[in-house]
Amino acid sequence: MELLANLGDGFAIALTWQNIGLALLGCFLGTVMGALPGLGPSNGVAILIPLAFTLGLGATPSLILLTSVYYGAMYGGRISSILLNIPGDEPAMMTCLDGYPMAKKGMAGEALSLSGIASFVGAFLATWGLILLAPQLVKIALLFGPAEYFALFALAFMTLGGVSSTNQAKSAFAAALGLGLAMIGVDTQTGVPRFTFGEVHLYDGLDFLVAIVGLFALSEVFIFLETRHGEASGSGRKLEIGRLTPPWAMIKQCTPTMLRTSFLGFLAGVLPGAGASLGSFISYSMEKRLVDKEGTFGTGDPRGVAAPEAGNNAAAGGALVPMLALGVPGSGTTAVLLAVLLSLNITPGPLLFTQNPDVVWGLIAALFIANFMLLAMNIPMVGLFTRLLLIPPRILMPIVAMVSFVGIYGISGSTFDLMVMIAFGVMGWILRKFDVPLVPIILGTLLGNAMENNLRRAITIDNGDWFTLIDSPLALFLWAIAIIGFILPLIIGAKVKKGMHERRDEEGAISD
Amino acid sequence: MSDRIFGVVGILLSIGFAISAFAIQESFLSDAVGPKAFPLIIATILGLSSAVIAFRPDPEPAWPALGRLVEVGASVVVMLLYAQLLPELGFVIATAFAAAYLSWRLGSSVLGSILTGVGTSVGIYAVFHLILGLSLARGPFGF
Repeated sequence: MELLANLGDGFAIALTWQNIGLALLGCFLGTVMGALPGLGPSNGVAILIPLAFTLGLGATPSLILLTSVYYGAMYGGRISSILLNIPGDEPAMMTCLDGYPMAKKGMAGEALSLSGIASFVGAFLATWGLILLAPQLVKIALLFGPAEYFALFALAFMTLGGVSSTNQAKSAFAAALGLGLAMIGVDTQTGVPRFTFGEVHLYDGLDFLVAIVGLFALSEVFIFLETRHGEASGSGRKLEIGRLTPPWAMIKQCTPTMLRTSFLGFLAGVLPGAGASLGSFISYSMEKRLVDKEGTFGTGDPRGVAAPEAGNNAAAGGALVPMLALGVPGSGTTAVLLAVLLSLNITPGPLLFTQNPDVVWGLIAALFIANFMLLAMNIPMVGLFTRLLLIPPRILMPIVAMVSFVGIYGISGSTFDLMVMIAFGVMGWILRKFDVPLVPIILGTLLGNAMENNLRRAITIDNGDWFTLIDSPLALFLWAIAIIGFILPLIIGAKVKKGMHERRDEEGAISD
Repeated sequence: MSDRIFGVVGILLSIGFAISAFAIQESFLSDAVGPKAFPLIIATILGLSSAVIAFRPDPEPAWPALGRLVEVGASVVVMLLYAQLLPELGFVIATAFAAAYLSWRLGSSVLGSILTGVGTSVGIYAVFHLILGLSLARGPFGF
């Protein structure tokens, strides 16, 4: 019953006016960002971090705000998938397959409310999964020494390209680039400057918030400028919704689907290198194989709407497990959330649960509250969000760019940081052209120093013996998973990717 | 072809990184590994992955026409100017110009882009400075 007591403490923390207000704001902004093509969970959270930071919010309130945005974006992505056949963010692409045909049949309202319920079920169950699984993972993580941590970081990088990756060389390139950028600055163990080229601004390293905002938010602006896509995707089409309550029979028909895919999505979220996009993909594919006897999937089957939505929301919750319990995120948005924790001087990982239980349990309680808020927002108020689809990018994108600048300038007040951010924006744009994933770069800049410290600690403890890295069974096990995770996509990656990217969101294609 | 060039640039980058890693001054007080080893491992991975990219290129990415590249380049210049002029002109004026430019290049009419620029700038100023109390760049007029 310790668990319920902890949860009770969490609710006591989360139920203050400030935190409820932040959760509400986060849910609203998140749904908006998810719904608008071009803004997804990772770049949405990225542009809000500097703001949460400069407003002087504490650790728990900042996390509540930003994870509410994360959950909200997972809800919001479905709106434009269903109404316009354009995914609002990457994880919502599978929802297009049955959501849009349903809307064409005049059942847009039913599809929206059903997917809202499915999102709720997925996120609700995944939050319970987080409560039950994370403490168990912490117990394992307490056995980790520096060598195991080094192996764990290697595992995170080697699997991050994901099962859907076809070019592992580009994932490896991205990870090495990120790690290399993290090396800039004064070496923490011996105090010698590295890769600073005499530039004083570089002595304390690159600020990873600058890198994140540049790579995720500014590169998006460049993509829109390049394609000169200034008109709203929703303009010139009628967005009729119709009745907003799904018939009881439809909910009943979809309940087994939602429960199965919540479980599957949660697993996909917990596993490294998968994330919400893959969660919704495998949920949809499995349901199709399992229940689609009459071949109605793809023609507007309600189960085909419920499956990917429950799957991606459950995966979002699942992805928080390794981030909180091990300090190693498995997806883009959780990497961005890790940046929040690091910049607030909180080290996630097993010690987080003992040293900052208020942060963990306050966050979990806030997730429950946010989930109910999102359900309330996403069914009766969905009409408001559909109207937001009419905001054209020629107004939205300048705002995104300027808010990014304000946030970074607010942190440091330095022009140098703004220049670095622009450089990262251009780099992000070029790398996206080459199909190089951006998430390993971010993870590299975030974890590079911790990874190096663990390597050096492990070897120093063993008097300079490098074989200490593969000395324990636990480390060997982690290395084995890492190698399998790196090689597997070479064999099956092309097939999965083909299925997943049939209808991708070309302008918002940063994976979650 | 693009991937081959990308790979070659990557290899050059890794060589440059390795050379700078060798040039790191070692302190007389050092641990068993030292500050060079991990950067050298990274340089190796960077070089190997770049070589693979160069030897096994993906299909050509869709490059925009020259005009669009100029467009992106021009907006980069505008952003760099914005970063430099922000402390000189103050937040509201600099932001209004930059946002109006971006909006104009994304296809707004002249009037529409001026309205977007002024609206964005005043809106951000009101929300972030007046309501939330964030300190923004002060220009000669105090805003």
